[in-house]
Amino acid sequence: MRTRFTGLKAWWVQRVSAVYMLLFVLFLLYSFALQPLRAFSQWHAWMARPVTSVAFLVFFTALLGHMWVGMRDVLLDYARPAALRQVLLFASAFGLLGLGVWLLWILLRLQG
Amino acid sequence: MTQPPDQRLDASGDSSASQLPRPSAGPDAVALLHRPVFLDLMRIQLPVGALTSIAHRISGVVLVASVPIAIYLLGLSLRDETGFSQVTALFTRFAVKAAMLFMVWALAQHVLGGVRHLLTDFGIGSPLRVARRSAWFVNLAAVAVALFAAGALW
Repeated sequence: MRTRFTGLKAWWVQRVSAVYMLLFVLFLLYSFALQPLRAFSQWHAWMARPVTSVAFLVFFTALLGHMWVGMRDVLLDYARPAALRQVLLFASAFGLLGLGVWLLWILLRLQG
Repeated sequence: MTQPPDQRLDASGDSSASQLPRPSAGPDAVALLHRPVFLDLMRIQLPVGALTSIAHRISGVVLVASVPIAIYLLGLSLRDETGFSQVTALFTRFAVKAAMLFMVWALAQHVLGGVRHLLTDFGIGSPLRVARRSAWFVNLAAVAVALFAAGALW
């Protein structure tokens, strides 16, 4: 398998996603500290706002990209033999795609 | 250290040894095959920077494992009233709070270690003295964040 996001590209994916996620998490902590969402209706309405949904969509895109680069690094360093490494890389990629579809479904259901 | 050379060689007899080139491959390969290996985990002493480094990896793997659970809980909390109260009820349990605390530590360790890494990319904090101090800061601050979270959780 040709492993995508290698070299300089992976370096950028890892860092840009990290910075976005850091800012996002800090914003999340700040807004929950200011205004805790204690009821389902509040929580659901807040998440369904287009701004929130899009911010979460970008967050999860960053998270999945970050996870891919990290898992790839770990597997390339430790997984042996090569055949097992390939299987695990494939499994990780499919797992991440699965998580992406699941998240998309959760976020789209909010709008429906 | 006091072991005879032959026995010391046996310590490297893990599966990776079989992947090394055979002695017939040349003198360099022979040197590689006979390199000293010391992997007594109880006696290896990591410098603090190495500890921060491996903790970044370990916390990263822990966070990866938690992501599917977090997505499941997010979906459940947004499904309906019942799902939402199921999730909130979950977070009153001791075991779930303890797991949450561990995840907060992993996240803090990973984020702080990551920021330290980013600063190094910009040439900030590379000298050994500064790097060691920031490594101590990262490891201790992650524990401090976890303690703070424990106060908020209980």
